Amino acid sequence: MNKELINLNHISKSFDGQMVLDALCLSIHENEFLTLLGPSGCGKTTTLRIIGGFETPDKGQVIFDNQDITTLPPNKRQLNTVFQKYALFTHMSIAENIAFGLRVKNKSNAYIQDKIKYALKLVNLDGYENRKPDSLSGGQQQRIAIARAIVNEPKVLLLDEPLGALDLKLRQDMQYELIRLKNELGITFIYVTHDQEEALTMSDTIVVMNQGYIQQIGTPETIYNEPENAFVADFIGDSNIISSIMVRDKLVEILGVKFDCVDTGFGEGRPVDVVIRPEDVELVKPEESGLNGIVTDIIFKGVHYEMCVMANGFEWIVHSTKMSPVNSTVGIKVDPFNIQIMNKPESEDEEAVKTDE
Amino acid sequence: MNKKMLSLPYLFWSIAFILIPLGMIFFYGFTDKTGAFTLENILAISQAEHMKALWLSILLSLISTIICLALAYPLGLILTSMEVNQNGFIIVLFILPMWMNFLLRTLAWQTLLEKTGVINGILSFLHLPSLNIINTPYAIVLGMVYNFLPFMVLPIYNSLAKIDRNVINAAKDLGAGNLYILKRIILPLSFPGIVSGITMVFVPALTTFVISTLLGGSKILLIGNVIEQEFTQASNWYLGSGLSIVLMVFIIINMVLSAIFDKDGEGGLL
Repeated sequence: MNKELINLNHISKSFDGQMVLDALCLSIHENEFLTLLGPSGCGKTTTLRIIGGFETPDKGQVIFDNQDITTLPPNKRQLNTVFQKYALFTHMSIAENIAFGLRVKNKSNAYIQDKIKYALKLVNLDGYENRKPDSLSGGQQQRIAIARAIVNEPKVLLLDEPLGALDLKLRQDMQYELIRLKNELGITFIYVTHDQEEALTMSDTIVVMNQGYIQQIGTPETIYNEPENAFVADFIGDSNIISSIMVRDKLVEILGVKFDCVDTGFGEGRPVDVVIRPEDVELVKPEESGLNGIVTDIIFKGVHYEMCVMANGFEWIVHSTKMSPVNSTVGIKVDPFNIQIMNKPESEDEEAVKTDE
Repeated sequence: MNKKMLSLPYLFWSIAFILIPLGMIFFYGFTDKTGAFTLENILAISQAEHMKALWLSILLSLISTIICLALAYPLGLILTSMEVNQNGFIIVLFILPMWMNFLLRTLAWQTLLEKTGVINGILSFLHLPSLNIINTPYAIVLGMVYNFLPFMVLPIYNSLAKIDRNVINAAKDLGAGNLYILKRIILPLSFPGIVSGITMVFVPALTTFVISTLLGGSKILLIGNVIEQEFTQASNWYLGSGLSIVLMVFIIINMVLSAIFDKDGEGGLL
C-alpha cells in the first residue's frame, strides 16, 4: 500500500440536529481510487465536501499530508473537485474554463496554453478550445470539468457522482476513461456514487456507508464476496440473505437443512445471517439436494435467467444460464465456498435495505 | 383556428392601445397645425430650454440609476448568500412600497422633505441643521431612487439567485478568493440582471414628470415636464409629440443596448 495521504479523524457532522456523520475515521492513500458508496443520505457527499473544504466538521480533524486542514478554506487546499452537475463557467470558453485555476495562480500565458492543450488531449476533446460549455453534450461537459480540475495538478481529485447525469453507454465509457486518467496521472481519486456497479468497476478501495457510519472498507472483490453485514450484502448486488443457525465450525443450518461451509469462529448454535449470491445457487434435480423448492417466477435478463424459487418458506433469487420452467420442482445446491456467514446486525444501519425502497 | 381566436383580445388591445396611440404620436410629431409635413417639432429639441431639460433629465436619470445599482447589487449579494426563508421576507420589504400608489409615495416624500416637514421637525428638535433639499435636483434624485429601486433590486436578485452555488464552489475549489470570484464569475453571470435593472430604472426616470413636479417644484423642468406642459397647458400636441419622439430615440437606444447584453432575456423581472 502506498503512503497515507488523507486521514479523517473521528469526523462528526450534523445538520439541523440531524446526525449525518458520526465519528467517521478513514485513511486514503496516494494513487488510490477510493469510492464512497451508499444510498442517498448516507453521508458520502458530506464526507467529500468536508475533504473539499465546503463543509466544516463539528468534531474531528482532516489531516492532509500530515497537516491539519480541517478549517482551511477550499481555495487553499491542494485538491480539486469535479461537481455533480459539472458547474462549468458558462460565460467563458472551454479554454478559459480550463485556464481558470492557472490564471488565479498567475501562471505564464505560455504555460497556460500548453496546459490547455495537454488537458484537452487527455480528455479526448482536442480542438474544443473556443467552444462554449453550453454547446457541448453532457459527457463532454463532464470531461471539461475533469480537465479544468486536473490542470492544477492536484494531489487528490474529488468526484461527486460525476456520471450521474449521463446515460448508460456514456457512463460506461467514462468509467474506463476515469480509470485510464487515474493511471496516467498517478493521483488519488475520491469518488462518490450510489451506483454499486460503478464502484465495483473503477475502485481500488470501496467504502460502503449507511446512515453516517462506514459499514465496510475493502477491495471490490472483498466487498462483493465477503460482505460483513446484511446491509453491504444487499446493497452490493442481489443476494439471498437468510437467517440461519451456525451449528458448529464449517456447518450451517439454512432453512432447516444443514450445509457445509468454510467459515469458522462463529461459535456453536448461534444465529447468523447467511449470504448467498444468486449466481452461486445451483439448481439440480430434486433427489440430488436436501433442499427442494418450486420455481415461481422467471425473467430473461440477457446473459442469464433470473428465477425465483420458493423453498422452505424463503424465496430464493437464482441466476442461471440454464432455465428451469415455472412450477417445476428443483433442488438447491450451494458450493461451501460460496456461503458467506455474517453476524446478525447490531444496529439499524447494518440491516439490509428494505426492498420497497 | 381556435388558438388564433384566443389571441384576438390581445391583438385588439395592442392595436387600440399601443399601435394607434403610437401612430398618432408620429402623426402629430411630423405635422404642423395645418396638417402639412414638418420636421420642426423634432428639431425643436435643439432649442436651448429643451436641450437644458433633456440634459438635466439624462443627468439625473443617470445619477439615480448609478445610485440604485450601487444600492441594489450589494443587497442582491447579501440576499443570495442568506437562507431562503429569510430573503423572502426582505424581498417583500422592498416590494411592499410598490403596493402603494406611486403618486402617494412621492407626495409622502414631499411632506417629509418640506422646509417645515417631518424630517426638519425632527432635526430642529435635535438642534441639528435643517435639510433643505426640497425643490432641488437632490430631492428629484431621491424620489427617483426611492421609487425605482425595486426595479433594480428584483432583476439583479433574480440573476444572482440563478447562479449555481456549485459554480461558485468550483471557482473557490480552483483557488480563487472572494474578490476574484466576484469579478470573474458573479459579476459576468449577473450582467443580464444588471442591464435589465439599468433599463428598468433609467427609462422611467428619464421620462418622469411626476417626481420632478412634486419634489422639484416648478423651477426644475425635466424633459418629461416640458412634454407634459405642451400637452396640458400649451395644448400644442404637435410639439409635445415631436419631443416625445426624440425622447423615444433615447429609450430605444437603451432598449437595444440591453437586448444586446441580455440575449436570453435572463435578467427579466420574473
